[in-house]
Amino acid sequence: MQSIYLTIALAPLAAAIIAGLFGKSIGKSGAHGITILCVGISCVLSFYVLYQILFNGLAPYNGTVYTWLVSDGVSMNVGFLIDRLSAMMMVVVTFVSLMVHIYTIGYMDEDPGYQRFFSYISLFTFSMLMLVMSNNFMQLFFGWEGVGVVSYLLIGFWYTRPTAIFANLKAFLVNRVGDFGFVLGIAAVLRYTGSLDYATVFAHADQITAAQVHVSATIIWPAITFTCICLFVGAMGKSAQIPLHIGLPDSMEGPTPISALIHAATMVTAGIFMVARMSPLFELSETALSMVLIIGATTAFFMGLLGIVANDIKRVIAYSTLSQLGYMTTALGASAYGAGIFHLMTHAFFKALLFLAAGSVIMAMHHEQDMRKMGGLRKYLPITYWTCLVGSLALIGFPGTSGFFSKDALIDSVHLSHRAGATYAYFCVLSGVFITALYTFRMFFMTFHGRPRMDHHTQEHLHESPWVVTVPLILLAIPSALIGWFTVEPMLFGGYFGSAIHVLPDNDVLARVGEEFHGSPLEFMWAAFGSWPVWLAALGVLTAWLFFLKRPDFADAAERRFKWLHTILVDKYGFDWFNEHVIMVGARLLGGGLWRFGDQIVIDDGLVNGSARSVGWLGSVMRYAQSGYLYHYAFAMILGLASFLLWILWRT
Amino acid sequence: MITLNYVLTLSGILFAIAVAGVFLNRRNIIVLLMCIELMLLAVNFNFVAFSRYLGDIGGQIFVFFILTVAAAEAAIGLAILVVVFRERRSIEVEDLDTLQG
Repeated sequence: MQSIYLTIALAPLAAAIIAGLFGKSIGKSGAHGITILCVGISCVLSFYVLYQILFNGLAPYNGTVYTWLVSDGVSMNVGFLIDRLSAMMMVVVTFVSLMVHIYTIGYMDEDPGYQRFFSYISLFTFSMLMLVMSNNFMQLFFGWEGVGVVSYLLIGFWYTRPTAIFANLKAFLVNRVGDFGFVLGIAAVLRYTGSLDYATVFAHADQITAAQVHVSATIIWPAITFTCICLFVGAMGKSAQIPLHIGLPDSMEGPTPISALIHAATMVTAGIFMVARMSPLFELSETALSMVLIIGATTAFFMGLLGIVANDIKRVIAYSTLSQLGYMTTALGASAYGAGIFHLMTHAFFKALLFLAAGSVIMAMHHEQDMRKMGGLRKYLPITYWTCLVGSLALIGFPGTSGFFSKDALIDSVHLSHRAGATYAYFCVLSGVFITALYTFRMFFMTFHGRPRMDHHTQEHLHESPWVVTVPLILLAIPSALIGWFTVEPMLFGGYFGSAIHVLPDNDVLARVGEEFHGSPLEFMWAAFGSWPVWLAALGVLTAWLFFLKRPDFADAAERRFKWLHTILVDKYGFDWFNEHVIMVGARLLGGGLWRFGDQIVIDDGLVNGSARSVGWLGSVMRYAQSGYLYHYAFAMILGLASFLLWILWRT
Repeated sequence: MITLNYVLTLSGILFAIAVAGVFLNRRNIIVLLMCIELMLLAVNFNFVAFSRYLGDIGGQIFVFFILTVAAAEAAIGLAILVVVFRERRSIEVEDLDTLQG
């Protein structure tokens, strides 16, 4: 099996190298041919591995492939841990990646950077696979940084646009903040357990629990909480949780396939995956989980609100992604790791679908992204319309769709949790359902329904996208709609994850949700009609229909009436303002101060020029001692000799 | 009986005279050279005295070496002095202050 795992990981890397270095000679068809072939191989093999695990009882594989270096007893390995969690992630990553590869043929058709783009997304697939398949922290960090770099490259793919360069720099810097915490977390793990290997670390988790971090003489933190919070800061950076979410909306400057693959389906969920993977550690720290819960819930609710005022179709979906990531984080914080990962999976499908559908719309509109200039696209883009509808319904949790199962179970788990902040989190995720339905269908109605608002020229050229675009849409719509039926029972209640996820019995809210689950998804669905989320979602859709389709003047009136609220939302709660005017200015002041004081005054003037100047001064004083008369020199010699003799005499 | 003390005192006095000559003499470099010779002689006295006192002939052999070196030094010193006089038309110590800082 080891060779299969190696092939899964390395095939996209090989494709990336070929398409990247020999892109000129193999041409456009060669570039997409080789990358799709290699990612296809990875995808098929991932399905095979999952099949083996599910139906043939393949035992989890945990092995080292290559030892990179051994230093002071700490070995840094390349190794794979293939259990049910990583197998599922591999399938999601490779499948969405394959769909995006195919879609890209249509979307990037006329772009001069065609081969470069394929090389990047294959490289991304490789990094992401290394991340999810890793069996140690070092490789996890390698994949973590790898996806970060490719994300940077792809947000700035159109590198002649100043906004794209600004956005990729911003995303990169925000990631640096998160990664700093992540590195500290890994260092803490290494410090307290002496190992980077998952299995060893989890087996020695009690050593972390026993240790303490002495911040100062009076402030002492439990090491486990410190470690988990540091690791979670990394997850916040990657999975765009408040306050490190600011990079993600701007990352929409990149091409749409990237938004679907990296900034919706896979990379941004790396943080969720990581926390779930570290569940044996996080379970030991109630404080850290509480923080995870509160940050996740805050992100879920407040980022959803921003989606209501955004007018750029991709930004609406981006805020929705932020909000859904918040949902997943909330589930993690409530110890419902299974629900979080389940939502991650369904979200990967329907959000990739929504982004690709938005991309299809954008292509038809000649790269116009403003929803105020759309409307009535339903009859021009029928396939896009229906697939987008499926994606939207899954996103709002329409009964029966994949998103319904994952979100409902998630909300129930949060409801049953007794962790500090759980009530607040429950309120957030519950109202989030209404918000989600509102902004999703606002986007849907403004784009596909109502009267056309585009100019005449654009309207004449409207046509459905080519098959390379629509086929991935359909292929993604199928799992978006249906996958919940097959996976809800095993993944949430059937112990699908087995040993991959570790939950303490006291915290196991999913098991309590499962007590009410009697074996069939249909019953689960009927039961949901007796609870809030479904009705809230329906209310959200109704509100969207009323405000943005039936009576658009209501929306304008509401906007005027709640001007202050609207301003706050348009300003995105002032995070950008705060960063640009406080953190950026502060950092520049600090840097300028260090440069002027530390560098110019202390080092340049003080140490370098200062030592030269003091030698010069000493010389200018000493020159007066040089009279030039022989007898003075002789006198000095005699005096020296005499004092030397005296010293010897006195010493003895 | 001439004891070691007498000889050492004599050599001390000679050395002190030589040092005083170096300091006090402001006019003539030749006197300066002579003073240096005198210092060396004072040292030679010590060598001979201790050689005799300790019964070690090495000290007296050393004196010969020192005398040879002193002769060579005097020759070179006088040669330099001649050159200096040709150059500056003066051998007064006061005038030779080109080392001044």
